[in-house]
Amino acid sequence: MVPITTLHYLVVAAALFVLGVIGVLTRRNVVIVLMSIELILNAVNLNLVAFSHMWGNLHGQLFAIFVTVDAAAEAAVGLGILIAFFRNKETINVDEIDLLKW
Amino acid sequence: MHSAADNMFFFLPRLWLIPLLPAFGAVIMFFFGRSLSKRAVNAVCVGAVVLAFVAALGVVRDYNLYTEPKLGFGGPGTPYQKVLYTWLGSGDGHLNFTKRDGTLAQINVDAGFLLDPLSSIWLLFVTGVGMLIHIYSTGYMAHEGGYYRFFGYLNLFMFSMLTLILANNYMLLFVGWEGVGLCSYLLIGFYFHRKSASTAANKAFIVNRIGDAGFILGSLTLVWYLGSFRFIDINTLARSGHFAIGDPVLTAAALLLFVGACGKSAQLPLYVWLPDAMEGPTPVSALIHAATMVTAGVYMVARSNAVFVLAPKAMLVVAIVGATTAVFAASIGLVQNDIKRVLAYSTVSQLGYMFLALGVGAFAAGVFHVFTHAFFKALLFLGSGSVIHAMSGEQDMRNMGDLRKRIPITHWTMLIATLAIAGIFPFAGFFSKDEILWQTWSSEGGAYRILWFVGYGTALMTSFYMFRLMYLTFYSPSRMTHEAEHHVHESPKSMTVPLVILAICSIGAGWLSWPHSLGGSAHFEKFLEPVFAREAVVLQEEGKSAQLAAGEKEVEHTDKWEYILMALSLGAAGLGFGMARDAYRKAGKDYAEPIAVKAPPLYRLLYNKWFVDEGYDYVFTGRRKIGKIRFGAMGAGEAASWFDTKIIDGVVNDVGWATRAVSTLSTWWDKWIIDGIGVNGPAILARMLSYPARLFEWGLVQWYALVMVAGLVGFAFYYVWK
Repeated sequence: MVPITTLHYLVVAAALFVLGVIGVLTRRNVVIVLMSIELILNAVNLNLVAFSHMWGNLHGQLFAIFVTVDAAAEAAVGLGILIAFFRNKETINVDEIDLLKW
Repeated sequence: MHSAADNMFFFLPRLWLIPLLPAFGAVIMFFFGRSLSKRAVNAVCVGAVVLAFVAALGVVRDYNLYTEPKLGFGGPGTPYQKVLYTWLGSGDGHLNFTKRDGTLAQINVDAGFLLDPLSSIWLLFVTGVGMLIHIYSTGYMAHEGGYYRFFGYLNLFMFSMLTLILANNYMLLFVGWEGVGLCSYLLIGFYFHRKSASTAANKAFIVNRIGDAGFILGSLTLVWYLGSFRFIDINTLARSGHFAIGDPVLTAAALLLFVGACGKSAQLPLYVWLPDAMEGPTPVSALIHAATMVTAGVYMVARSNAVFVLAPKAMLVVAIVGATTAVFAASIGLVQNDIKRVLAYSTVSQLGYMFLALGVGAFAAGVFHVFTHAFFKALLFLGSGSVIHAMSGEQDMRNMGDLRKRIPITHWTMLIATLAIAGIFPFAGFFSKDEILWQTWSSEGGAYRILWFVGYGTALMTSFYMFRLMYLTFYSPSRMTHEAEHHVHESPKSMTVPLVILAICSIGAGWLSWPHSLGGSAHFEKFLEPVFAREAVVLQEEGKSAQLAAGEKEVEHTDKWEYILMALSLGAAGLGFGMARDAYRKAGKDYAEPIAVKAPPLYRLLYNKWFVDEGYDYVFTGRRKIGKIRFGAMGAGEAASWFDTKIIDGVVNDVGWATRAVSTLSTWWDKWIIDGIGVNGPAILARMLSYPARLFEWGLVQWYALVMVAGLVGFAFYYVWK
């Protein structure tokens, strides 16, 4: 049985990251986009934990916890904006959220 | 100036209190009058004037003692001066003015009072008649509103008039002069809610203002020429012999002073205010517009006699204006129907007599006529007030008649006054008027005979219009409305008693100057002689004695002509009486004026007062246009208005137009050049240049994310590849 090395973790994390990026870029539902962002963050977390394991210290673990907190905050703010927006426009389609033009 | 005389007499040094008594009354009325009862108003105001009269009697008695030669203050006629303080000027030589001859003189106007025979006479009749009229007013005004206001004004008038009389210099006299003008204005406009009254008040004030300008110019000319404000100094200088007869400056000053007298004493051409002044309450007409204020002009000219004597041309002007006014006003009086208007024109006419006398140099005769006139004309006005009172306010004689038995006291007193003014012997007017006519006749030169004839004609007219008034009011059949007839009643005691006292004076006043030719001694003229005596001397020296020497002539001999003229005067008075009796004895409801029947155009001319007011409207006020052009004050106003709107405003508007044009240009410059090129230009440029950058701003979050990813991938490749 092949031992699970850091590389394995990194590959899984990269796959997760790509999945997240593709979700962010292609899906039109904001909720899905936010969920995809969670995927990206978790890919990063996986990397951090993997490197933490590799180096044998807890820095990466700690960082991962920070990122998790950050993700929770981001999800709360993002969903708050989303609800406010929905009340105004009755849509959560990303294509229609284009007010930030010049 | 504390002299021995001040310790010797009680009243004389307190002379200055006489004007202050009524002033005190006026002040009380001004501040507290509204809350005072009528009895209190009577007590204060009438009381003040009664005290003033008593004080005046005391002062004149003291003055007579003062001039006793044995006391050593100077002989008869020596003026008594009381200077309280220096009113204008510093008194220490700091305030000087340049006289005509280039020397400096000090400005020094006293609050000073002067008593001499001339002011004594005025003092006595002003306080005396004033007191009677105050008493009369308590009855006449009893049912009128503004009782305290009326008496306050009357007291203020008394104060001003007494200041005028007692002043010892031209400036203080001017204070009184303006004060009486103000009171005249206030009292003419007493019924201020009536438009005609307020208009008449304005008219009086404005016309008087013209005269006042003449007065102040004249008196300042004298001061500039002679260097003193005081009457005594000016008279002394004028009599000193340094000035030639006919001195042009003195002539000018005299004429200017006479303009002032014309305004105040209602002479041609400034008489127009006096008939309109009848809008005021009747006691006011009696006091101010008949007995006292209107004689201020005569007083002032008599006071300046030394100057006038040096200006024979000015004297001639005075005489001609006086005679013309006399006959002119009398002619209007012939046909007026308002009882007070007849008397107003009569007053103007009698004032004309006085100026005729002054003009021919018979100062004493003029003053004497002022004196007698004060009584009988005040009586006539008060009588007419009593008639109006009885008729419940009716003033039109066409609606009167047959009042003789119903108001007997008024009738008898008015009859006496009529006899006096008509010049019937031995009533007061006979003596004074006859004296004037005689002095005019005996003046040298043909012109004076013409003036005599004018005066004689006036006497005839006077007699006619006065008896016309009497017949229409008292004797002719009643033309009253039924209602008015029902209300007729004799006036209360407070009104009839003054009438009776004045009637006694109207009989007796003339006897003070019983002429030599009738075996009298002419006390009055003797009393006044010191004031005017030097004139005769001056004129004689210059060979013009005839003008003034008449007084002495009387002493020397009595001309047979004097008796002839007396008879002629009486004849004229009788003739006037006869004509009036014929015409109006049986004047029924539709009686015809004899003049209207015989000469309708003349009647229209007289009835409309020679169209003088209309003429003034055309020429001076400009209320009427001549053709399309307006002259006079309103014409000047219109011209000024035209100048203002067309020229001044035109320039203003043109400047405005130019400003607007410039600002339009400036706006264009600002909008297109400054804003367009300077401000918007760079902005447009920036916008154009930034256009490519804008292309990257889609606004779609996912595109931004894609670019970021592309960038990341790019960096990744770059670093990996390298």
